[in-house]
Amino acid sequence: MRQRRQAERFVSEFLANHREWSDGLDMKYQSAFEMIGPVMVGPSSSHTAGAVRIGNLAREILGETPRIVEFRLMGSFYETYQGHGTDLALLAGVMGYPTDHPAVSEADQRAVEAGLSYAFKKEHLGFFHPNTVGILLHGDQRKIDLIASSLGGGKVEVQELFGLPIRFSGEKNTLILHHADQRGFLAKVSNALDAEGYNIARLSLERWRRGGYAITVCEVDEEIQNDLPEILHSKVPQLKDIRVVQGS
Amino acid sequence: MSFTHLHELIRIADEKQMSIADLMLEVEIEQSLHTEKEILERMNRQFSVMEEAARKGVETPVYSRTGLTGGDAHRVGEYLKKGCSFLAPQTLQAMSFALSVNEVNAGMGRIVATPTAGSAGILPGVFISLLDSGRFSRDELVRALFTAAALGLVIANSASISGAAGGCQAEIGSATAMTAGALVELGGGTPEQVGHAVGLALKNSLGLVCDPVGGLVEIPCIIRNGLHAVTAIAAADMALAGVKSVIPADEVIQAMYMIGNALPESLRETGLGGLAATPTGRALRERVFGKPQGME
Repeated sequence: MRQRRQAERFVSEFLANHREWSDGLDMKYQSAFEMIGPVMVGPSSSHTAGAVRIGNLAREILGETPRIVEFRLMGSFYETYQGHGTDLALLAGVMGYPTDHPAVSEADQRAVEAGLSYAFKKEHLGFFHPNTVGILLHGDQRKIDLIASSLGGGKVEVQELFGLPIRFSGEKNTLILHHADQRGFLAKVSNALDAEGYNIARLSLERWRRGGYAITVCEVDEEIQNDLPEILHSKVPQLKDIRVVQGS
Repeated sequence: MSFTHLHELIRIADEKQMSIADLMLEVEIEQSLHTEKEILERMNRQFSVMEEAARKGVETPVYSRTGLTGGDAHRVGEYLKKGCSFLAPQTLQAMSFALSVNEVNAGMGRIVATPTAGSAGILPGVFISLLDSGRFSRDELVRALFTAAALGLVIANSASISGAAGGCQAEIGSATAMTAGALVELGGGTPEQVGHAVGLALKNSLGLVCDPVGGLVEIPCIIRNGLHAVTAIAAADMALAGVKSVIPADEVIQAMYMIGNALPESLRETGLGGLAATPTGRALRERVFGKPQGME
């Protein structure tokens, strides 16, 4: 408790001396359209719109047509998923429908038509927001495993990707870089991004072990152009795969 | 620019002699790299969706997919025509519009989350009734949505707008406070009075639990939207009259957050406690979903 008070005092003193830095501190929500929006089909922003967005994110990260999906729901997501249409919303999202698409309410039928097989399970995934889902998504080439939470008002946050603690919202334009953990990797990436005119807004790197497989999530301010993955591959040999999530 | 503390927002508005709406717009331009015109156009489109949802259920009855709720916006609209209501007609109209938005929501229709879908009726309900009153232009109302947004951001960043995290006070309470504050600015009040309206409105929503019957966004969500549209208007009038929130709005927001944390999980959108746990609540759940059973 005492340590926490000291830390808080340090932050407040720091901010008092560096007013310009206080912009954006602890500001999860920044845009007027997060409060007046999203435009969506009912009934619940966190259980429906947020769930659609989580599904959208999973699809974008997979980067191909999904074939098999398993949703692991916890907390309020599990208790009320049928009432809120969370199941339909997650399915709709995985199939790529936007939050205000009328087909959200019949996503289960659409999934059958699209040859997407799905299952819902109850599971305690860890200490996350009460509205949290784990998604195992298989395509023909790849599969992904992510945990994401719906924070309210349609806002979402990825908590884990392939079991690594990687947090991002998908609101900004995001690069998900799969790579080998080697010296100089980030330097090469940031040089390449700089040369192409991108400003890095947020960056996090997680790996399983030293020198092992690693994932870097990099958010940039500018819209990601189609040729960027190819450029990065040519300039950064450690890169194994790049997925792009365009900000919402 | 800070959207974490209301007192800072009010101080900056006072210092810069700007409305809270214009401050929000300025930040939005800076953050999004879009022009003012583009941002106002986008908000205008949100307003159109709000208007459509607000009028739909008053004109003809709208029912939820489950059939548990619906038609109330239309009922209130018809009653209003008789001209013998206790509430002033315009206030009652706001209520009917608010009910309509949430009936459309329960019917899986298109709405704007303000700030959430469960609380989507309050702000549009009040704003569309103001549009009909002719006292404010559509452009003025669209601009006032930025005031509401700024207030919502403060609450969302320093507490919560999620029913699962903070109970219904976080959803309905936030929407009521956002609406009350925006009305005060529309009515010519000072930024300080905006702050009092937020405090007054939110204080009256404290302790509101999230106990949806069957886990559906229907009972009691729809009714709460209708009634809190009236609360928002009342809180705005109170603040404009000079009534102050003795507990500063920022502290009320913190109290809301702490109350939310102290709520048992059964009262935070799980559909397990409160009204959902009443005999009728359980029976309705069974009617919609059948006997409780595991998923696998």
